Amino acid sequence: MPVVVLKDVKKSFGSLQVLRGVSFSVDKGDVVALIGASGSGKSTALRCIDRLETIDSGTIDVCGYSVSDPNLDLRRLRLDVGIVFQSYNLFPHLTVEENITLAPRSVKRMQKAEASEIAREVLAQVGLSDKADNYPEQLSGGQQQRAAIARSLAMQPKVMLFDEVTSALDPKLTGEVLKVIETLAASGMTMIMVTHEMAFARRVADQVVYMHQGRVHEAGAASILTHPTTAELSEFISNDL
Amino acid sequence: MARVLEMKLDFTAILARWQMLLDGMALTIQLAVITILTGFLIGTACAIARRSKFRLPATIAAVYVELIRNTPFLVQIFVVYFGLSSLGFKFTAVTVAIIALTINVGAYTAEIMRAGFDSIHRGQWEAAECLGLTRVQAYWHVALLPAMERIYPSLTSQFILLMLASSITSQISVEELTAAANFIQSETYRPLETYIVIAIIYLALSLALRLAFWLLGMLIFPRRRRLGTNL
Repeated sequence: MPVVVLKDVKKSFGSLQVLRGVSFSVDKGDVVALIGASGSGKSTALRCIDRLETIDSGTIDVCGYSVSDPNLDLRRLRLDVGIVFQSYNLFPHLTVEENITLAPRSVKRMQKAEASEIAREVLAQVGLSDKADNYPEQLSGGQQQRAAIARSLAMQPKVMLFDEVTSALDPKLTGEVLKVIETLAASGMTMIMVTHEMAFARRVADQVVYMHQGRVHEAGAASILTHPTTAELSEFISNDL
Repeated sequence: MARVLEMKLDFTAILARWQMLLDGMALTIQLAVITILTGFLIGTACAIARRSKFRLPATIAAVYVELIRNTPFLVQIFVVYFGLSSLGFKFTAVTVAIIALTINVGAYTAEIMRAGFDSIHRGQWEAAECLGLTRVQAYWHVALLPAMERIYPSLTSQFILLMLASSITSQISVEELTAAANFIQSETYRPLETYIVIAIIYLALSLALRLAFWLLGMLIFPRRRRLGTNL
């Protein structure tokens, strides 16, 4: 049963066509790695799934919502979709706990105690139980990113999107964030992640989608990363040591 | 020499009228506090309107801001004063002063708040949006405090200017501090001494207001209070 379906999605920024007909689908509980060179359209494709960008043609269905429908209630879509960004985007004036409880309280109208309980749970999940009262600037990049993941998880989404979440981190911090994502994958969360971490994709992804010049150039099980069939993917992987 | 100075500067007649000074001071403080609040509300609303994707509110806010920022306050207060009375409203001079000061400071505050909101990174708005917050909730929970924290020094200066500008309301016979001074100097024939005293009182009020804003900042920006760093 697919949770996310993209069919022939096209998107241009001005005269630049970024997506030239992208199609793929994600089953419930699947982990999909969206890979490709910079400018291949993978981040744009991901952002279209959460309607941070609107598409020009094609269709996107997410958890039964037609994302391309202009009358879609975006807030309902976003209750089901969590997204984590490369730059964390934590709210700097709020403590980690306040960052996490903000949406449960103001969107889901939860009581403070109930929201705090959820914050404790998700912070334990990402290994930040002792940082609840800290402000984002007091955390390392890896900790900030894990806090951002916790903030998304607190809304109990059905699908999680990760947009190059480790690109701003050094290898050690990348490791701690990937570990959290891996645990999440093992728990059965449906996830789509744009990533440059090939080894991680190979280990965790059920499906790899390789994008090249705005199209899905090659897709399949993680094994395509070790046995690519197209010359472009083969070349792309060979750049990764 | 000392004798000459003694003869020239004599504050006794002015200080004897301390009750009048105190009343004027009270009204000046009252005008400032009320219009800081109303001006802040109007200014913030206009800043949001001006950043709106909808044309109509954005245009209305822009016209208001430019109209006020490009005309003198003295002229504005006369237009409000005579405008309201020609429309048949019978407001007291103090009410007219509050309306005019609010309109004036609202426009300046709008520009300051707009700069603050513009400084909020796009990623912050996107994060708020993706968590399901409405635009209003994003302004209230995500943008307002960081925006204010960044522009707080400008905002403080603007409100101190407002308090000082309230002296112009003496022109429509509002009996605030400057009006008290005008009256006292005409009674005592000691204009220099009178205005020296008034200047010192304004200076003290400004410093007190600055202190009040510093304390308020400590209260509304807990992150800064705890970490002592800038956003």
